[in-house]
Amino acid sequence: MSFQPLHFYQTGTFTVGNRLLAEEDRTVQAEIGRTNSLNSGHRACQGCGEALGARFAIDAAMNAARGRLIAANATGCLEVFSTPYPETSWQIPWIHSLFGNTAAVATGIAAAIKVKKQKGEMGDVRVVAQGGDGGTTDIGFGCLSGMFERNDDVLYICYDNGGYMNTGVQRSSATPPAARTATTMPVGPEPGNAFGQGKFLPAIAMAHEIPYVATATVAGLHDLEYKVTKAMGMRGARYIHILVPCPLGWGAASQDTIKLARLAKETGIFPVFEAERGEVTGVLKIRRQQPVEEYLKLQKRYAHLFGKTPAVETIARLQAAADKNIRKYGLLDQEAN
Amino acid sequence: MLKQTEGSHAVAEAVALCRPEVICAYPISPQTHIVEGLGEMVKGGEVENCEFINVESEFAAMSVAIGSSATGARTYTATASQGILFMAEAVYNASGLGLPIVMTVANRAIGAPINIWNDHTDALSQRDSGWIQLFAETNQEALDLHIQAFKLAEEVSLPVMVCMDGFILTHAYERVDVPTQEQVDAFLPPYEPRQVLDPKEPVSIGAMVGPEAFSEVRYLAHAKQMQALELIPKLAEEFKTVFGRESGGLTRSYLTDDAETIVVAMGSVLGTIKDTVDEMRAAGEKIGVLGITSYRPFPIDSVRAALQNAQRVVVLEKSLAVGIGGILSTDVRMAMSGLQLRGHTVVAGLGGRAITRKSLRALFAKAARGELEHLTFLDLDWNVVNKQLERERTTRRSGPAAESMLRDVGVIAARIG
Repeated sequence: MSFQPLHFYQTGTFTVGNRLLAEEDRTVQAEIGRTNSLNSGHRACQGCGEALGARFAIDAAMNAARGRLIAANATGCLEVFSTPYPETSWQIPWIHSLFGNTAAVATGIAAAIKVKKQKGEMGDVRVVAQGGDGGTTDIGFGCLSGMFERNDDVLYICYDNGGYMNTGVQRSSATPPAARTATTMPVGPEPGNAFGQGKFLPAIAMAHEIPYVATATVAGLHDLEYKVTKAMGMRGARYIHILVPCPLGWGAASQDTIKLARLAKETGIFPVFEAERGEVTGVLKIRRQQPVEEYLKLQKRYAHLFGKTPAVETIARLQAAADKNIRKYGLLDQEAN
Repeated sequence: MLKQTEGSHAVAEAVALCRPEVICAYPISPQTHIVEGLGEMVKGGEVENCEFINVESEFAAMSVAIGSSATGARTYTATASQGILFMAEAVYNASGLGLPIVMTVANRAIGAPINIWNDHTDALSQRDSGWIQLFAETNQEALDLHIQAFKLAEEVSLPVMVCMDGFILTHAYERVDVPTQEQVDAFLPPYEPRQVLDPKEPVSIGAMVGPEAFSEVRYLAHAKQMQALELIPKLAEEFKTVFGRESGGLTRSYLTDDAETIVVAMGSVLGTIKDTVDEMRAAGEKIGVLGITSYRPFPIDSVRAALQNAQRVVVLEKSLAVGIGGILSTDVRMAMSGLQLRGHTVVAGLGGRAITRKSLRALFAKAARGELEHLTFLDLDWNVVNKQLERERTTRRSGPAAESMLRDVGVIAARIG
């Protein structure tokens, strides 16, 4: 038998094992009493970031709601891989209605709970709504904005993998510039997705001045749990946007899901922060800044940037976007550099 | 209590008496007065334990209704016209999930051209959605049908649309008998859902179903509508016991027993038709009327029984199946199959065109003489149509058709009647 060295820190990261933490600092996921809300046996791809994110987010929400939670789910990967009936993975009351109405369905659930509570027919049950970036930033955007504006008592979680992965990797309004998708092929003078103004939903959510908006990645699961728990401690409309790498859609190795999520944060491509009532209240600083190439070159959706003649200008534009995030959200700790 | 009130307000009062728990509202004419009335009653505390939610679209209205109904709340909304089309995906979803939502449809035409006035095209566009669809003849019946609708919906776990003619009923002030809370409570028990999102007994609702069970799930929806076919007359009987008046049921016949000509119709136009029939009866014509109250489920047996001794049937409908003719007629003909009956389709009252006794009398007399065509468009202005057809034949860029035809009609605003 070969020798298995013991690592307390994952190589090259700041991720620490739960065993080294004080009991109160350990994750919900490390607890024996975790609910396994999204149970094993589902049909997500190997290395699916969404399955990981949903598992941590919903278990943390269940923990905060003391087991009294109802989830509404948009059509998409999460819905499909978790429920080809009778093999549902959901251990909590869960409803899927349509692709574009999840926030509104959650509003209805919250309204019913409020009335049932008044009548003494139900306890303090909480509501989460969840969907992918297509179901959130595109087709479900109207209902989401309406839910925000009314400040309905719903935590909406968006699992952003930058495209319509369930239907075969098409572009969404969350697809990053230059990325290849089935509808933004790497052909022609400007291969991949166009550079636009971007549609960064956390900023749009903040513009609604709702109680809480946060971003997270599946590379920072402690941070994700902390944000879900914090959101569940508040009332009104709350929004958490989680970057979840998709091995299939991104053309990445299954074992690189967490690495890619970390690189998205460490390059500044995906700012990790939290905001209350429209104002940023905290950011997760970049601990070891990386050039965007480190993030891009692990993904086949950017392979066209690294051909015989690298697309230096395009890469520079993507670097500029990351730098802008760093400036805008103050992601670099000046002292640390 | 007898009241002189607006149709919309009568419905709002009926819904309030049904102890709704969640109401979602989005404005569209002509249903606005209903939700305005309810909004005021909820905000003012007249309706207790009820959430009134101003949503951002009809699609959201039906989606909020889906969420609240699935959480066990008695849920109501109202819409019309473009609104029902905008929520169509959620309309199918609500019935597919078996959620007993009650929705008023204040029947209105569908554009383009945009038109706010009454016909039945909106509700009939959703005839295959799996919703039960009831059509009210009068404001009293609209009020009564809402009370029956909640009971029916919750018994069979299917959503129910109560259809009432926009403006003609919704905005008309008429005498209605508003029941007491005790009467409604005696008729309508609290909602006991068959399925509910409850942390105590977690269930998954809305999972994917493949070919292995999809047909069976869809057949069940049909079977439930067949159950409703049995239940609707029973509820009407029960309603009569508690409230002392006849309302609802599947169909209603008027002077059909010895009738050679029977006119079939839905909604408020039945009143005008009955008046015309009275006139023609006085002149010795053997004519009667069959009103359809339950359009979905469609009461094939009841319609067939009412029509079988007649010689001809005139289906007068406020809807048009473009490319074939009638929508209601198709269903009536299904009920008539095998009967030796002459059938006529009359498309009338589209977009609020008034249906007058004078026109009806001429129409029915023509039918009785055996001269009525298979498909007739009542009071169609052929000059305007032919002029436009000629324009399109001779000019490639003939321009926007509706605007040209309005110009030919010679008035700027749409002419009613």
